Amino acid sequence: MNIPYTVETRPDTGLANGKLGIWLFLASEVMLFGALFSTYIILRTGAVAWPHGELSVLLGAINTVILISSSVTMVMAWASLKMNDWGKHRLYLILTFVLAGIFLVNKYFEYSEHLAHGEGPWASTFLAIYFTLTGLHGLHIVGGMVVMAYFIGPGAKMAKTSPEQFTNRIEYTGLYWHFVDLVWIFLFPLLYLL
Amino acid sequence: MDSDPAEVKKTVRKYFMIGAALLVFTGITVAANLIHLAVPLAITVALIIATIKGSMVAAVFMHLNHEKKWIYGSLLLTVVFFVVLLFVPLLTISDTFGTHINAPGPTHAASGEHRD
Repeated sequence: MNIPYTVETRPDTGLANGKLGIWLFLASEVMLFGALFSTYIILRTGAVAWPHGELSVLLGAINTVILISSSVTMVMAWASLKMNDWGKHRLYLILTFVLAGIFLVNKYFEYSEHLAHGEGPWASTFLAIYFTLTGLHGLHIVGGMVVMAYFIGPGAKMAKTSPEQFTNRIEYTGLYWHFVDLVWIFLFPLLYLL
Repeated sequence: MDSDPAEVKKTVRKYFMIGAALLVFTGITVAANLIHLAVPLAITVALIIATIKGSMVAAVFMHLNHEKKWIYGSLLLTVVFFVVLLFVPLLTISDTFGTHINAPGPTHAASGEHRD
């Protein structure tokens, strides 16, 4: 039995079920990160002093450039499918995956540097919220990479059997990925610059 | 959401332009940080730029500039709850506004008292 409304839109919502589903998931993600941003505000406004310049702005800026670039490649992976260009779709999706990997490698160097100096999440309130926020964001990057790896590998078969459904899946992956980029756009100035 | 391949082809240039604009705004954010503005002003500038960048990602990459009303409805509800979430911490201290905080001093420790 086929799952209904994976390609065709529902008459009541005008949307495929997956589309509404991913947006509701992203809404729950907004609340998850919202709770942590709220925590950041409480900790920061309640602190007598707040450290400045503890993080490498250069590494943070490089990671911002990487994530923005990956958002462009992700949307192009979807657009290429819409334009029936399978080769470009593969290229852009693999590029997005690689950029996500570079982001994590950068983060690994950043974390290692701090931990080598005994600056773990236990060391200060700032480092506690820094590791919590960036750690959770990093887990989202890993989650996105797992999904992308599936669509680069075994999940790509669906492009032959049900191309429209595959295009929708890439679109939903893209929505998630842009959300992860959006969160970083706010994390970068809050943690690295202010 | 554009479903016609010809329409999608037209938006490709827009995606690259938005990507370039996001990189420029990132540069402006870092440059503004180098000027060493006063903290309240620096926070305001950084958050305004981040909001502009976030709006561009949501509107163009996530196609929110032309979505169905069910998506807008669920997002409106999310925004309401998000704002409530941000202001919940204020409620925890709102009854102490305008009052002095009398933190208990270390009387037991100072007098050497301790319990086993």
